[in-house]
This record gives sequence, C-alpha cells and structure tokens, in this order.
Amino acid sequence: MDLAYYPGCTLKTRAKNFETSALAVMSALGINLVELPRWNCCGTVYSLAEDDLIHHVAAVRNLIRVKEQGKNKVVTLCAFCYNTLKRANLVMKDSPDKRFAINTFMDEEPDYAGEVETVHLLQVLRDDVGWEKIAGRVKHPLKGLKIAGYYGCTLLRPQSVAIDSVERPTILQDLLKALGSTAVDFPFATECCGAFQIVNNRDIITERTSAIFGSAVKNGVEAIAVSCPLCEYNLRQTQSSTKQPQSGVPAMPTLYFTQLMALAFGLDSAVCGFEENSPETRTWLKSKRLIS
Amino acid sequence: MNNKPFIKRALVIGGGIAGIQAALDIADGGYEVILVERSPSIGGHMIQYAEVFPTLDCPQCIMTPKMVEIAQHPNVKLMTYAVVQKVNGSAGNFEVEIFQKARKVDVKKCTGCGTCWQKCPEKVSSEFNAGMAKRTTVYIPFPQAVPAKPVIDTEHCRYIHYQQYMAGKREGKKPPECRICEKLCPVGAIDWEQRDEIIKEKVGAIVVATGFDLMPLSRIPEYTDDADVLNGIQFERLLSPSGPTAGVVMRPSDGKTPKEVVFISCCGSRDPEHGVPYCSRVCCMYLAKQALLYKHAVPDGQAYIFYIDTRSTGKGYEEFIQRVVSDGVLYLRGKVSRVFREGDKLSVYGADTLSGKRVEIAADLVVLGMAVVPSDGTKGLLTKLGIAFDEAGFVVESHTKFRPLETSVPGIFVAGMAQGAKDIPDSVAQGSGAAGRVLTLFAQSASADKALAVV
Amino acid sequence: MRVELSSKKLRSDFVKKIAELSGQNLYLCYQCGKCSAGCPMGFAMDILPNQIVRLVQLGLEEDIANSKTVWLCASCLTCTARCPRGVDLSRVMEALRLLTLRKNKNYVEPSKIPPETVADLPQIALVSGFRKLTS
Repeated sequence: MDLAYYPGCTLKTRAKNFETSALAVMSALGINLVELPRWNCCGTVYSLAEDDLIHHVAAVRNLIRVKEQGKNKVVTLCAFCYNTLKRANLVMKDSPDKRFAINTFMDEEPDYAGEVETVHLLQVLRDDVGWEKIAGRVKHPLKGLKIAGYYGCTLLRPQSVAIDSVERPTILQDLLKALGSTAVDFPFATECCGAFQIVNNRDIITERTSAIFGSAVKNGVEAIAVSCPLCEYNLRQTQSSTKQPQSGVPAMPTLYFTQLMALAFGLDSAVCGFEENSPETRTWLKSKRLIS
Repeated sequence: MNNKPFIKRALVIGGGIAGIQAALDIADGGYEVILVERSPSIGGHMIQYAEVFPTLDCPQCIMTPKMVEIAQHPNVKLMTYAVVQKVNGSAGNFEVEIFQKARKVDVKKCTGCGTCWQKCPEKVSSEFNAGMAKRTTVYIPFPQAVPAKPVIDTEHCRYIHYQQYMAGKREGKKPPECRICEKLCPVGAIDWEQRDEIIKEKVGAIVVATGFDLMPLSRIPEYTDDADVLNGIQFERLLSPSGPTAGVVMRPSDGKTPKEVVFISCCGSRDPEHGVPYCSRVCCMYLAKQALLYKHAVPDGQAYIFYIDTRSTGKGYEEFIQRVVSDGVLYLRGKVSRVFREGDKLSVYGADTLSGKRVEIAADLVVLGMAVVPSDGTKGLLTKLGIAFDEAGFVVESHTKFRPLETSVPGIFVAGMAQGAKDIPDSVAQGSGAAGRVLTLFAQSASADKALAVV
Repeated sequence: MRVELSSKKLRSDFVKKIAELSGQNLYLCYQCGKCSAGCPMGFAMDILPNQIVRLVQLGLEEDIANSKTVWLCASCLTCTARCPRGVDLSRVMEALRLLTLRKNKNYVEPSKIPPETVADLPQIALVSGFRKLTS
C-alpha cells in the first residue's frame, strides 16, 4: 500500500532518525510512505488569531499538493506538522469566509475546500495496520522493558484534532504493548514540555522536563517513547542539567516510537540513527542488548 | 373519553422520597395509589445518605416510618422490581402496562428471615453502597428495605447461570448448580419457575418521580480513575454508620485514615463543555456537610473544599455553611485542573483565585461533587408517557411559574429531581404538591371536562 | 491604589481588539481558575491566566503589558481543553501577544540567540518560537 507522506523540515534535518526508522518499519509492514513532491514548511504552528489567514497558506499549499496526487489522505510523523495541517484543513472545510479569502489569495493554486485528511503515523498503525498485525511482525519482543509513551500536546489538543482521548490517551501504550514491552502510564504523559519556549528560556524547559522525568522515575519508567521531534529535543537537551545531583533526576533514555518498532521488528539498527539520540539512550540500549 | 368513567386511582412512578411523599398523600386523601419502583426496595437515594443537611438528621431514622407506612397503607399498592413500560389514554383513563420482573421469590411464603442472603455464596457490587461493598445475588438492598423480601439477581445467580449453561445459552466453564438458597429456605419460598409478568392497570392520574443519578466520574477524565477518588454518594456510604465501614472513614485503597481530604464542587455542573450547563443545587450543601462529618470522624484531619460560588439559599443553609467554614474546613475558591496518583497520595492541582495562587495538595482522598442528571432511562420513560423534557432529560413543566407540577400532558404530574435538581425539602414539597394536584383532579372529576380544565 | 473603572474603559478599543483577534467572548469566563490550576507554564508566570482574562474584562491593558505571562504561554491548549465555559484561552494569549508584535516589537531578539543554539535547535522550535515571540 502507498500512502502520501508529508515529512516536514525537522525530519529532514534534526530528526532524520525519526524518518529513517519510520520508513523502514512501515516498509516492513508493507506500506510505502511516498514523499510528496514540492512540499514546503507547514508553518509549524497553527495561527490562533482570527484575522491571521496568511499563516494558513503554507499548510494549505501542502494539502493541495496531496490532492494533486489524487489522494485524500496524507500521513505525518512530526506531531507539530500533524496539528498545523489538520487544523488548517478544518478552517478550509468549516469556515466558508476564510476558505474564500485563502483561495482568492492563492489564485495560482486550484481552489481547495478541505478534502484532504491529515493523519499521524500512530493512527495509521492503529487504524489501518492494527496492533495484532504489528505484534505479529515482532521478532525481538521488548520483553520486560518498562517504557512509557509521552504524548506531548499537539497530537491531543485541541479536541477537534485529537488522535485519541484528550486526557487519557492509550495509543502509544497500546503500540508499546504490541511490541512486547511493559507499557507504563505516568501522569505527566500529556503534560507540555514547554515547546518553543526553548528558543528563549532553557531554564523553563528544564523545569518542565525535570517534572516529566521525575514523574516517570516515580512510576518505574526506564525509557520514554516520543512522537514529537520538539519533545524529543527538549527532553534530550535538558537532560544534562536535570542530571545534576541536586535535581535527583537520573538520565532517562528517550526514543522515537518508530525506533523501538525497528528494534522489535529486528531491523538493521542503522535505520534507527541512534547516534542522534542522547548518549544515555545508547548506553541503555546497549545495557539491554538491543544494540551492540 | 367523556363516556368513560373517570378513574380515581393514581400511579406514582419512582419510590424515592418525592414518590413516597406523593403516594402517601394521595393514599391519605382517600384514593388508591400504585407505587412502582424499579429497584427491589423503595427509599431512593435519600436512604443512602449518612446524615442530611442542614439539621444532620439520620435519613434512615426519619425515612423508615414513611417507608413502612407505604408498605402497610391500605390504599397503597406497592410494586417494586417493576417498571412502567407502556402508557395509553388520557387524564382520567390511563391504561398502564407494568413490567414486573420476576423476583424468583414467593413473597407470600417468604418471611424475610434472611437465611438465603446470609448464605448465598455469589457476591457482586452493591448498588446501595454505590459499589463500595458487595452484596449477595439473592438480596435485599439494605436492612430497612421495603418490602423486606429478597429478589434473586438473575444476571449474577449461579444457578441461573447453570441453567443457561445446560440449555446451551452460556459459554465457558460449567457453573456450579448451587441452589443453596433453595436448600436452606425454611418455607420453600425460592421459586425458580416464577416468570416476568406484564400487569395492566387503569389509573386516572400519574406522578413522575423518577429521580436522579450522578454523572459518571469518567466524564471528567482529568480527575483520575482511582479507588480513593469517590463521588458524593460513595462518600456518604463511607460516612454512614450503616455503610461498609460502619461509619469509620478510611481510604478504600488501603484502609488508612485519610488525613487530607479534598472535596471538589461543580464536577460536570456549570460546565457546558464537558458536562451540563445547570447548577446541581445540592453539591455545595452536601460537600460542606460531608466535610463537617469528616471533621467529626477524623478531628485531626484537614478538609479542603474547592468551590466557584457557594450556593446556600435554603432555609438555614447559609448558617450551616458558615458553621462549616468556622469549624476549620478550608474553602479554596477555584477549580481543580487535575487529580492524579503519585505514589501513596493523590496530587490535586487547583487554584485559589482569592489569593491568586496555584495550589497543590497531596490528598489521601478526593470527593467529587458530580453533577446530578435525570436517572438512567428517564428519557425513554418520558417518551413513553408522551411528556416534554428538556435537553438534559428533565421534565418540562406546563408553566414554570404557575403550573410547576403539571407536565405537558394533562393528568401527568412531576415531583422531585425528575423536574430538575433540588434538595430533599423541595422534593418532599413537590411530592405533596403533585399529590394535591391529583386530589384536586379527582375531586373535580364529577365532570371530566371540568376536571381537565383544571389540569 | 484604586483602579478606576468606567464604561469607557470596559468598552475600550483594547477590549474590542482582543475579542476580535481571539474570536472569544471573554465574558463567558466565570473565573474558576481551572486554566491557572493546570497551566504547565504557570509556575513562571507573574500573573495567572485567569487573572489575564479578568484584566481584559476590566480593560486594564497596562497591567497585562507589564506582565510576562502572555510570553510564557506555550500554546499547549491544556486550558482550552479543560475550560468549563469553552473559552479558548490560547487564542486570547495569542491576541495579546499580537497586540505587541504588530507594533514591530520583538519579545525575543533572534540576533541575540547564539548561532550554535540556532544550529542545534530543530526547525519546528525556531519557526514556532519566532512565530510566537517575534514580529
């Protein structure tokens, strides 16, 4: 099966390991993620101001590219892109005035009325592939590993684009269970890491990630599976400060869920690009004999 | 219909305090009344409470005489474990079909000795104790039940399962034949052959008093699903001397005495986004009462009440709130955003908008004042009756000011929570009021036309 | 010090502008504080999110301008998800930020971010950070 795939900027630069692992595991499941031609940056965040239509244009152009391929569905890996594309599409679908204005502005493009559905890879895994098939593909179950899913914000909020229950999602845990691990729920799984505030105030992010790691440790978590490249960055980059003795927060391996899938599927670990992960993550993977 | 005689006999649907009051008043007025209650006993929610605000009366003490009176009143025909399933006709001539669920117990033989429910080996969650304790599958819901005759819960009874298995209607492991109740019953009252029955009755007027349920906790998913997170009725059972802990307040998770207890108002109420838009009217008062009772039970414990506004408009209510406040219950003006388990405690993230502070409490127990909603199945029943109800499922009055007890159908009246959230005094007043309307209708029914003119 | 209230202040351009830009009816808010109680960035805020709404209701633009709160909002939408009154506070925060940003005032100076940090940050962090915090 071929699915239209929108990578977004970060997956081509700072989160290559997310993309390579995702393409490999999907291929192992018989699904080709076909990268859209001529895609552009989605704008990264959905514009929240009523009069700010210009910032929807970038997202809508990508949706038009999907439509040009004769597709009505596009898959994203990046949680930020997912949110931005999905919400921009709702504007085009549900707000006739805004749709008219945006279509008029983009007069070089064909008119668009919200025909393309944006889905996140986790939804494809749950709804199109199914946990059973994924479990059936596992060669090296992640047995005994206490891994928690960390959802972040953009896959769950607002409600109109949530891929699962806003307050009590299970999609990541369900996947982790299918991979044979001991999926652990922890209260901070849906708490914001501070997101883009990293550009301005690293201390604030550290405060957040300390709370997230602290809660994970209290709940017996030994590694965190993420789905958002910004969460991954914030969790990874603030570890050095949270490791300071006074914080009492130990290092917490952080991986993309697709990397865990690749390991469980027994794929060549080269597709995981673990050199991009934190040293703590690699140390943990070695200690568990998941990589050599 | 003018040719038919006007039947001076009433039907009351629902055996809570409003229905009990309506039935007793109609019966005392000299007319026959059928009281239909779907659970095995009358008593409704009120009988579940530990003490009632603001007087701190024991509801079982004040209610039992009324319940016994229902059982003994020559004008009252009590049908428990029964539901109204069909209604035809109009004021003066309603034809009603009542579905009488089989009790599997011959109430004429049964003496209520209790041997069966003491010896039954199968235990399931107790409705009366709001899931805080177990009951057997042949049971009376609580010791003061009226009638004091058991029913067999056919959904969970071992012998019923056995029969279904033998008939090829049940999968899995073969259940034991059991029949212990039958073997031990000294008067042979267990009647496996008893079948559900449809009973047809004719009445001239109907009172709907179907009461309320609490909105499920799951509607506010940011408050975790946890043994130590209770709804208001569950905490009543924990405070009640007749409850599962005999009134000793303990954490359900481990039996420890809770020292930090958080009460949260407006859980689902006044929240059109996640619950209902209306105020549930009773939570401010019962949470205050529960906090006070908790203080009595655990004098060195601390109670916190999160509130948005305190609504204490009944007689003696504001005085009661002030007593609770001055007794050291800490009122925090704000809502709670999240409750989650953190080790031995429940983390409560709240706000106190008076100080402008975000607050965090490591609680042992959290009590949620969940919104009241019309009791399960109300919309279906109201549809069968053909009477109007609002979006939430509360009965719409014929006129909110001047015909508050009349429904959109002449001859059908409403009382208690079925009409909207209200406290016990208001429910009783409406029960009496609806009975008064029925009696007026009957008194004037010499001419059906004239009678209808007043309904 | 007393704050002077008047119909003029309550109906000021500021109040109207925020309602327009955010598309939110601020009067729906009954000040329960649930937004503040759950805000993940609340620990760093000098004025709590519910107080921001109140200040807008009162037309007290200055108080908000002197606060860091709107710049600390991460648009995580936790408040939006839980608000009992359906106020999308993330949109109110955005409107308040735009009021400053549209005067060509940056909250963050991109030129002052060390080049090695810029090189290290993922694009989604940079672009979204600049979208939210620069004009």
